Amino acid sequence: MENERKLTIARAMAEAVAQEMRVDPSVFVMGEDIAELGGVYGNTRGLLDEFGKDRIRDTPISETAFIGAAVGAAQDGMRPVVELMFVDFFGVCFDAIYNLMAKNIYFSGGNFKVPMVLMTSTGGGYSDGGQHSQCVYGTFAHLPGMKVVCPSNAYDAKGLMTAAIRDDSPVIYMFHKGLQGMGWLGTEPGANVHVPEEAYEVEIGKAAIVREGGDVTIVSLAQGVHHALKAAKTLEADGISAEVVDLRSLVPLDRETVLKSVAKTGRLIVVDEDYHSYGVTGEIIATVAEHDLAALKAPPRRIAFPDVPIPFARVMEQYCLPNPDKIVAAAREICPAGAPAA
Amino acid sequence: MAPSKETLGWMYRTMVTSRRYENAIEKIYLEGKTPVFNMARGPIPGEMHLSNGQEPVAVGVCAHLKPEDIVTATHRPHHQAIAKGVDLDRMTAEIFGKATGLSGGRGGHMHLFDADVNFACSGIIAQGMGPAVGGALSRKMQGKPGVAVAFIGESAANQGAFHEAMNLAAVWKLPMICVIEDNAWGISVAKRTSTSVEHNHVRAASYGIPGHYVSGNDPWKIYEVAGEAIARARAGEGPTLIEAETYRLAGHFMGDTEGYRPKGEKQALFERDPIPAMRKRLEAEGTFTAAELDGLEAEAAAAVDAAIRFARESADPKPEDALTAVFA
Ligand SMILES: Cc1ncc(C[n+]2csc(CCOP(=O)(O)OP(=O)(O)O)c2C)c(N)n1
Repeated sequence: MENERKLTIARAMAEAVAQEMRVDPSVFVMGEDIAELGGVYGNTRGLLDEFGKDRIRDTPISETAFIGAAVGAAQDGMRPVVELMFVDFFGVCFDAIYNLMAKNIYFSGGNFKVPMVLMTSTGGGYSDGGQHSQCVYGTFAHLPGMKVVCPSNAYDAKGLMTAAIRDDSPVIYMFHKGLQGMGWLGTEPGANVHVPEEAYEVEIGKAAIVREGGDVTIVSLAQGVHHALKAAKTLEADGISAEVVDLRSLVPLDRETVLKSVAKTGRLIVVDEDYHSYGVTGEIIATVAEHDLAALKAPPRRIAFPDVPIPFARVMEQYCLPNPDKIVAAAREICPAGAPAA
Repeated sequence: MAPSKETLGWMYRTMVTSRRYENAIEKIYLEGKTPVFNMARGPIPGEMHLSNGQEPVAVGVCAHLKPEDIVTATHRPHHQAIAKGVDLDRMTAEIFGKATGLSGGRGGHMHLFDADVNFACSGIIAQGMGPAVGGALSRKMQGKPGVAVAFIGESAANQGAFHEAMNLAAVWKLPMICVIEDNAWGISVAKRTSTSVEHNHVRAASYGIPGHYVSGNDPWKIYEVAGEAIARARAGEGPTLIEAETYRLAGHFMGDTEGYRPKGEKQALFERDPIPAMRKRLEAEGTFTAAELDGLEAEAAAAVDAAIRFARESADPKPEDALTAVFA
């Protein structure tokens, strides 16, 4: 493509924040190692140099304090973007998140706004053990009052960040470590895509069909989308045509796009790196089942992390994680062999 | 109370063991990670936080502890584990993710658990504070001997759990000691920019308990201050807060390029490396001859070599064992 401008998700996030900071003095950033270091995952790189210490604030390791502070600042006219370094650390500060950030708009009957973004890293696959590898997408999406987004590529990453900063409601912005384009965490080339230079929004609450197909719908998010796309390629050789839906947002959830796709294909596989039970996979399947059970030509399948803490040892962790092979196997089970391509 | 010759020998050998251990881990960690550094690769994947330079605090405190005493440690746990007497072979196998590891490969380097010596650690900041208070409470309620020591980094003293736990330990007068290893950095954030007081021991005043600061990364001084605090705890007089100056000679984790350090800082720290300094003093004071110290170093090297060999030769866990051990 001419004038192609491929960025990593890390750079796309930083660009969105910088562009909003240039036009809106109420936007500022807080978190651990986000200033001088530019974020452990590179998503605030360059911001300190451009905006200085007053607006790019390294914090102590005091998540309850600075996330609670973000709520207070947001209610008072600022637009904080705060980072929780690993989503796993939500345990030390969840009160500020789900009892304050998520509830104050409602409790105030809308006379308080809470325009803040909480960005946080998710995901494993590189043997970082059970307190540094979780996704807990379902946990955040379950609790009402916060929007939840989870981009799978740099284009969406920038547009969702811009939309999140401009939103008057709190947004949990979950970025997967394996997609950041930081070499030390491995690189998913599919996440680095063309990103327009100018600011734009990707609407929160809209899924995307990232691959069209007629035999089976594979619904996923973040890293799982790339697994699904790889699986779809393999399945194509079998004569199975897979459609891949990238949810992009968990709250609000674009049920419409999922339902339309399943109405077309009649088969559903949901792929999620979060724990199996009580999560995204169950929610998507329930959505389809509630809407039209007859749309399903085969029982839906889910591929998720088993309900165990994430083990450290490589062979154990890889055994548990979703991957393209597991998706291919599931599709082969529910699609008649050599189903005609749509 | 000055350490005996026997204790000093143990302290020196343990410091050398820890350093040799970290040097060996550092080398092996990089296997498979060059030329492209990718954490997922090599015989030891994941994050790796080395403790080079922080050995004096671990040995100065643990010299007073028995296997029954409880230690909770951090994401940077190797020196503390070694000083507490965690089984080195099985600890190493855990760090390699092998079936023979302390947890069969489920935990990894930030999650070392050895029930035989009451050692546990974890990866979230200040997380060991509550369990140390609880361990101390349990000993008191059961009338069983033993104290609990929580090791944390200086940045952890800005976490809520630290303050809540210190207050609780004080109000219930528990046999608990919090030892803060002050290496001046929390990843890239300097202590002076994140912490409202110059040294955290002054915070002891807000819990009405004794607080001590130990400067110089000096194993003798740490031994003395820790000894008093632990004796106090054993006597039922309640908790103590200690902050000890120490040096992080490595990056925060392996792969850290340390661009945030002021020029010359690393060099200056290496000049104050506590291990050669201890050796020099032991020789100068005539506590040990050079040959005796060489002997202690050889013992340390042999233990490390054996542990690495044990880990390398151990088998991987069965993948499906990931699904076991969730419940007791
Ligand atoms: C609650 C929580 N927040 C953030 C982190 C990420 N983190 C890991 S180590 C570290 C710095 C810790 O500094 P310190 O406590 O001084 O220990 P040191 O690393 O210097 O040994 C940070 C911020 C974490 N593990 N847990």
